Amino acid sequence: MSLEGKVALVTGASRGIGAAIADMLAAQGAKVVGTATSAAGAEKISERLSASGGCGKVLNVCDAESVASVVAEIQSEIGPVTILVNNAGITKDNILMRMKDEEWDDVVSTNLTAVYRVTKACLRGMTKARWGRIINISSVVGSMGNAGQSNYSATKAGVAGFSRSLAAEVGSRAITVNTVAPGFIDTDMTKVLPDEQREALMSKIPLARLGKPEEIAAVVAFLAGDAGGYVTGETIHVNGGMYMG
Amino acid sequence: MSSIEERVKKIVAEQLGVKEEDVKPEASFVEDLGADSLDTVELVMALEEEFETEIPDEEAEKITTVQLAIDYINNNLA
Repeated sequence: MSLEGKVALVTGASRGIGAAIADMLAAQGAKVVGTATSAAGAEKISERLSASGGCGKVLNVCDAESVASVVAEIQSEIGPVTILVNNAGITKDNILMRMKDEEWDDVVSTNLTAVYRVTKACLRGMTKARWGRIINISSVVGSMGNAGQSNYSATKAGVAGFSRSLAAEVGSRAITVNTVAPGFIDTDMTKVLPDEQREALMSKIPLARLGKPEEIAAVVAFLAGDAGGYVTGETIHVNGGMYMG
Repeated sequence: MSSIEERVKKIVAEQLGVKEEDVKPEASFVEDLGADSLDTVELVMALEEEFETEIPDEEAEKITTVQLAIDYINNNLA
Protein backbone atom coordinates (compact mmCIF):
# COMPACT_ATOMS: atom_id res chain seq x y z
CA MET A 1 0.00 0.00 0.00
CA SER A 2 1.30 3.37 -0.99
CA LEU A 3 1.17 5.13 2.37
CA GLU A 4 2.67 2.27 4.36
CA GLY A 5 4.60 3.49 7.39
CA LYS A 6 3.63 7.15 7.02
CA VAL A 7 2.11 9.05 9.93
CA ALA A 8 -0.89 11.18 9.02
CA LEU A 9 -2.72 13.79 11.08
CA VAL A 10 -6.29 14.65 10.13
CA THR A 11 -8.00 17.41 12.09
CA GLY A 12 -11.75 17.27 12.60
CA ALA A 13 -11.92 13.54 11.89
CA SER A 14 -14.89 12.44 13.98
CA ARG A 15 -17.44 12.81 11.19
CA GLY A 16 -18.14 14.02 7.67
CA ILE A 17 -15.32 14.62 5.23
CA GLY A 18 -12.60 14.33 7.90
CA ALA A 19 -13.77 10.87 8.97
CA ALA A 20 -13.79 9.68 5.35
CA ILE A 21 -10.28 11.05 4.79
CA ALA A 22 -8.92 9.41 7.95
CA ASP A 23 -10.45 6.06 6.98
CA MET A 24 -9.12 6.21 3.44
CA LEU A 25 -5.56 7.14 4.44
CA ALA A 26 -5.64 4.32 6.99
CA ALA A 27 -6.89 1.90 4.33
CA GLN A 28 -3.83 2.83 2.27
CA GLY A 29 -1.50 1.88 5.08
CA ALA A 30 -0.89 5.16 6.92
CA LYS A 31 -0.97 5.37 10.69
CA VAL A 32 -3.63 8.01 11.08
CA VAL A 33 -4.23 10.26 14.06
CA GLY A 34 -7.63 11.88 13.85
CA THR A 35 -8.59 14.75 16.10
CA ALA A 36 -11.90 15.80 17.61
CA THR A 37 -12.85 18.58 20.00
CA SER A 38 -14.48 16.19 22.49
CA ALA A 39 -13.24 13.12 24.34
CA ALA A 40 -16.22 11.15 23.06
CA GLY A 41 -15.35 12.11 19.50
CA ALA A 42 -11.71 11.13 19.98
CA GLU A 43 -12.76 7.77 21.39
CA LYS A 44 -14.96 7.09 18.37
CA ILE A 45 -12.00 7.84 16.12
CA SER A 46 -9.75 5.52 18.12
CA GLU A 47 -12.25 2.70 17.61
CA ARG A 48 -12.06 3.18 13.85
CA LEU A 49 -8.30 3.69 13.53
CA SER A 50 -6.61 1.61 16.20
CA ALA A 51 -6.57 -1.56 14.07
CA SER A 52 -4.30 0.21 11.58
CA GLY A 53 -1.97 1.67 14.22
CA GLY A 54 -3.67 5.04 14.51
CA CYS A 55 -5.80 6.70 17.17
CA GLY A 56 -8.04 9.60 18.03
CA LYS A 57 -6.93 12.58 20.09
CA VAL A 58 -8.68 15.55 21.61
CA LEU A 59 -7.48 18.75 19.99
CA ASN A 60 -8.71 22.31 20.06
CA VAL A 61 -7.06 23.72 16.93
CA CYS A 62 -7.57 27.26 18.27
CA ASP A 63 -5.43 26.61 21.34
CA ALA A 64 -1.72 26.97 20.58
CA GLU A 65 -0.66 24.88 23.57
CA SER A 66 -3.06 22.09 22.72
CA VAL A 67 -1.68 22.00 19.17
CA ALA A 68 1.96 21.93 20.32
CA SER A 69 1.37 19.18 22.87
CA VAL A 70 -0.69 16.96 20.55
CA VAL A 71 1.88 17.21 17.75
CA ALA A 72 4.68 16.40 20.22
CA GLU A 73 2.69 13.45 21.59
CA ILE A 74 2.16 12.00 18.13
CA GLN A 75 5.86 12.37 17.37
CA SER A 76 6.93 10.48 20.48
CA GLU A 77 4.18 7.83 20.40
CA ILE A 78 3.96 7.07 16.68
CA GLY A 79 6.49 9.18 14.79
CA PRO A 80 6.75 12.55 13.06
CA VAL A 81 3.70 13.62 11.05
CA THR A 82 4.54 13.73 7.36
CA ILE A 83 0.99 13.84 6.00
CA LEU A 84 -1.13 16.65 7.39
CA VAL A 85 -4.74 17.18 6.44
CA ASN A 86 -6.14 20.42 7.81
CA ASN A 87 -9.80 19.59 7.68
CA ALA A 88 -11.35 20.99 10.87
CA GLY A 89 -13.71 23.80 10.06
CA ILE A 90 -16.84 25.54 11.23
CA THR A 91 -19.54 27.79 9.82
CA LYS A 92 -21.27 30.68 11.55
CA ASP A 93 -23.37 32.06 8.74
CA ASN A 94 -24.91 35.48 8.70
CA ILE A 95 -25.31 38.28 6.24
CA LEU A 96 -22.53 40.76 6.78
CA MET A 97 -24.81 43.55 7.99
CA ARG A 98 -25.92 41.31 10.83
CA MET A 99 -22.65 39.55 11.49
CA LYS A 100 -21.26 39.73 15.02
CA ASP A 101 -17.55 40.16 15.66
CA GLU A 102 -17.67 36.86 17.45
CA GLU A 103 -19.05 35.05 14.40
CA TRP A 104 -16.28 36.52 12.28
CA ASP A 105 -13.51 35.84 14.81
CA ASP A 106 -14.52 32.25 15.60
CA VAL A 107 -14.61 31.25 11.95
CA VAL A 108 -11.29 32.97 11.16
CA SER A 109 -9.68 31.40 14.20
CA THR A 110 -10.81 27.82 13.47
CA ASN A 111 -10.66 27.81 9.68
CA LEU A 112 -7.62 29.96 8.97
CA THR A 113 -5.42 30.70 11.99
CA ALA A 114 -5.54 27.07 13.06
CA VAL A 115 -4.28 25.97 9.63
CA TYR A 116 -1.26 28.23 10.11
CA ARG A 117 -0.71 26.90 13.62
CA VAL A 118 -1.05 23.17 13.02
CA THR A 119 0.97 23.34 9.81
CA LYS A 120 3.80 25.20 11.50
CA ALA A 121 3.90 22.63 14.27
CA CYS A 122 4.26 19.78 11.78
CA LEU A 123 6.75 21.37 9.38
CA ARG A 124 9.82 20.62 11.42
CA GLY A 125 9.28 16.88 11.11
CA MET A 126 8.59 17.16 7.40
CA THR A 127 11.68 19.22 6.60
CA LYS A 128 13.80 16.74 8.52
CA ALA A 129 12.21 13.84 6.69
CA ARG A 130 12.73 15.64 3.40
CA TRP A 131 9.21 14.56 2.49
CA GLY A 132 5.80 15.87 3.34
CA ARG A 133 2.24 16.34 2.22
CA ILE A 134 0.09 19.18 3.44
CA ILE A 135 -3.49 19.06 2.23
CA ASN A 136 -5.86 21.81 3.26
CA ILE A 137 -9.59 21.35 2.92
CA SER A 138 -11.16 24.50 1.61
CA SER A 139 -14.53 25.01 -0.05
CA VAL A 140 -16.03 25.93 -3.39
CA VAL A 141 -17.45 28.93 -1.54
CA GLY A 142 -13.91 30.32 -1.24
CA SER A 143 -13.85 30.68 -5.02
CA MET A 144 -17.44 31.45 -6.01
CA GLY A 145 -18.77 33.20 -2.89
CA ASN A 146 -22.08 32.60 -1.17
CA ALA A 147 -24.48 35.02 0.47
CA GLY A 148 -24.36 34.70 4.24
CA GLN A 149 -20.89 33.20 4.30
CA SER A 150 -18.53 36.16 3.98
CA ASN A 151 -16.58 34.99 7.03
CA TYR A 152 -16.41 31.36 5.88
CA SER A 153 -15.50 32.15 2.29
CA ALA A 154 -12.82 34.64 3.38
CA THR A 155 -11.12 31.92 5.40
CA LYS A 156 -11.41 29.35 2.63
CA ALA A 157 -9.93 31.72 0.03
CA GLY A 158 -7.28 32.56 2.63
CA VAL A 159 -6.33 28.90 3.00
CA ALA A 160 -5.76 28.61 -0.75
CA GLY A 161 -3.43 31.62 -0.72
CA PHE A 162 -1.63 30.28 2.32
CA SER A 163 -1.12 26.96 0.53
CA ARG A 164 0.38 28.57 -2.56
CA SER A 165 2.88 30.63 -0.56
CA LEU A 166 3.89 27.72 1.61
CA ALA A 167 4.24 25.50 -1.46
CA ALA A 168 6.84 27.98 -2.75
CA GLU A 169 8.65 28.01 0.60
CA VAL A 170 9.03 24.30 1.21
CA GLY A 171 9.06 22.78 -2.28
CA SER A 172 12.83 22.33 -2.11
CA ARG A 173 12.29 19.86 0.73
CA ALA A 174 9.95 17.64 -1.30
CA ILE A 175 6.97 18.90 0.67
CA THR A 176 3.85 19.56 -1.37
CA VAL A 177 1.05 21.86 -0.24
CA ASN A 178 -2.34 21.69 -1.89
CA THR A 179 -5.93 22.66 -1.32
CA VAL A 180 -8.95 20.49 -1.96
CA ALA A 181 -12.13 22.50 -2.40
CA PRO A 182 -15.28 20.41 -1.92
CA GLY A 183 -18.60 21.57 -3.28
CA PHE A 184 -21.89 20.48 -1.79
CA ILE A 185 -21.10 17.29 0.14
CA ASP A 186 -23.57 15.22 2.13
CA THR A 187 -22.42 15.91 5.71
CA ASP A 188 -23.78 17.35 8.95
CA MET A 189 -22.46 20.75 7.86
CA THR A 190 -24.72 20.85 4.81
CA LYS A 191 -27.71 19.13 6.46
CA VAL A 192 -28.46 22.34 8.36
CA LEU A 193 -29.07 24.28 5.16
CA PRO A 194 -32.73 25.19 4.61
CA ASP A 195 -34.53 23.18 1.89
CA GLU A 196 -34.93 26.25 -0.27
CA GLN A 197 -31.20 26.93 -0.35
CA ARG A 198 -30.53 23.25 -0.90
CA GLU A 199 -32.77 23.13 -3.95
CA ALA A 200 -31.33 26.31 -5.36
CA LEU A 201 -27.84 24.83 -5.00
CA MET A 202 -28.82 21.49 -6.54
CA SER A 203 -30.11 23.18 -9.67
CA LYS A 204 -26.59 24.54 -10.22
CA ILE A 205 -24.84 21.16 -10.00
CA PRO A 206 -24.44 19.50 -13.43
CA LEU A 207 -24.03 16.07 -11.84
CA ALA A 208 -27.36 16.72 -10.08
CA ARG A 209 -26.47 15.14 -6.77
CA LEU A 210 -24.59 15.84 -3.57
CA GLY A 211 -21.01 14.65 -3.31
CA LYS A 212 -20.03 11.88 -0.96
CA PRO A 213 -17.34 12.38 1.70
CA GLU A 214 -15.45 9.46 0.13
CA GLU A 215 -15.21 11.39 -3.12
CA ILE A 216 -13.25 14.11 -1.31
CA ALA A 217 -11.17 11.54 0.55
CA ALA A 218 -10.13 9.93 -2.74
CA VAL A 219 -8.65 13.19 -4.00
CA VAL A 220 -6.85 13.73 -0.70
CA ALA A 221 -5.44 10.20 -0.89
CA PHE A 222 -4.21 10.89 -4.42
CA LEU A 223 -2.37 14.02 -3.26
CA ALA A 224 -0.94 12.18 -0.23
CA GLY A 225 0.46 9.33 -2.27
CA ASP A 226 3.31 9.02 -4.74
CA ALA A 227 0.95 9.50 -7.68
CA GLY A 228 0.29 13.10 -6.60
CA GLY A 229 3.92 13.93 -5.96
CA TYR A 230 4.33 16.56 -8.68
CA VAL A 231 1.19 18.51 -7.79
CA THR A 232 1.82 21.46 -5.49
CA GLY A 233 0.35 24.89 -4.82
CA GLU A 234 -2.83 23.74 -6.53
CA THR A 235 -6.50 23.93 -5.62
CA ILE A 236 -8.44 20.90 -6.77
CA HIS A 237 -12.17 21.49 -7.02
CA VAL A 238 -14.42 18.52 -6.32
CA ASN A 239 -17.94 19.78 -6.77
CA GLY A 240 -19.90 17.95 -9.44
CA GLY A 241 -19.36 20.82 -11.84
CA MET A 242 -21.09 23.45 -9.70
CA TYR A 243 -18.05 25.66 -10.10
CA MET A 244 -15.50 25.10 -12.84
CA GLY A 245 -12.28 26.86 -11.93
CA MET B 1 34.66 14.24 22.68
CA SER B 2 35.33 16.94 20.11
CA SER B 3 35.20 20.61 21.00
CA ILE B 4 32.07 22.69 20.58
CA GLU B 5 33.74 24.48 17.70
CA GLU B 6 34.40 21.24 15.87
CA ARG B 7 30.89 19.95 16.45
CA VAL B 8 29.32 23.19 15.22
CA LYS B 9 31.49 23.20 12.10
CA LYS B 10 30.64 19.61 11.33
CA ILE B 11 26.91 20.32 11.55
CA VAL B 12 27.19 23.42 9.40
CA ALA B 13 29.10 21.46 6.76
CA GLU B 14 26.53 18.65 6.79
CA GLN B 15 23.47 20.84 6.76
CA LEU B 16 24.63 23.23 4.08
CA GLY B 17 26.45 20.67 1.99
CA VAL B 18 29.79 22.50 2.07
CA LYS B 19 33.31 21.33 2.83
CA GLU B 20 34.36 21.53 6.45
CA GLU B 21 37.46 23.55 5.54
CA ASP B 22 35.21 26.25 4.06
CA VAL B 23 33.37 26.60 7.36
CA LYS B 24 35.52 29.40 8.73
CA PRO B 25 34.51 31.18 11.94
CA GLU B 26 33.72 34.44 10.14
CA ALA B 27 31.73 32.74 7.38
CA SER B 28 28.17 33.96 6.98
CA PHE B 29 25.68 31.16 6.39
CA VAL B 30 23.79 33.07 3.73
CA GLU B 31 26.48 35.16 2.05
CA ASP B 32 29.48 32.82 2.19
CA LEU B 33 28.02 29.35 2.50
CA GLY B 34 25.04 29.70 0.17
CA ALA B 35 22.28 29.04 2.68
CA ASP B 36 18.72 30.17 1.98
CA SER B 37 16.33 31.16 4.76
CA LEU B 38 14.95 27.64 5.12
CA ASP B 39 18.50 26.25 5.37
CA THR B 40 19.22 28.58 8.29
CA VAL B 41 16.10 27.39 10.12
CA GLU B 42 17.11 23.78 9.59
CA LEU B 43 20.64 24.54 10.72
CA VAL B 44 19.32 25.87 14.01
CA MET B 45 17.15 22.74 14.33
CA ALA B 46 20.24 20.58 13.85
CA LEU B 47 22.19 22.58 16.44
CA GLU B 48 19.30 22.20 18.89
CA GLU B 49 19.45 18.46 18.46
CA GLU B 50 23.21 18.13 18.66
CA PHE B 51 23.41 20.18 21.83
CA GLU B 52 20.07 19.06 23.28
CA THR B 53 18.74 22.54 23.79
CA GLU B 54 16.04 24.84 22.51
CA ILE B 55 17.08 28.04 20.82
CA PRO B 56 14.28 30.66 20.94
CA ASP B 57 13.33 32.16 17.56
CA GLU B 58 14.48 35.65 18.52
CA GLU B 59 17.94 34.27 19.39
CA ALA B 60 18.04 31.97 16.38
CA GLU B 61 17.59 34.92 14.04
CA LYS B 62 20.80 36.48 15.35
CA ILE B 63 22.90 33.42 14.63
CA THR B 64 24.12 34.34 11.16
CA THR B 65 27.74 33.23 11.17
CA VAL B 66 29.71 30.20 12.28
CA GLN B 67 31.31 32.15 15.11
CA LEU B 68 27.96 33.42 16.37
CA ALA B 69 26.71 29.84 16.51
CA ILE B 70 29.80 28.73 18.46
CA ASP B 71 29.41 31.72 20.81
CA TYR B 72 25.75 30.99 21.41
CA ILE B 73 26.42 27.40 22.33
CA ASN B 74 29.37 28.37 24.54
CA ASN B 75 27.40 31.05 26.34
CA ASN B 76 24.27 29.05 26.84
CA LEU B 77 25.48 25.54 27.40
CA ALA B 78 28.96 25.63 28.81
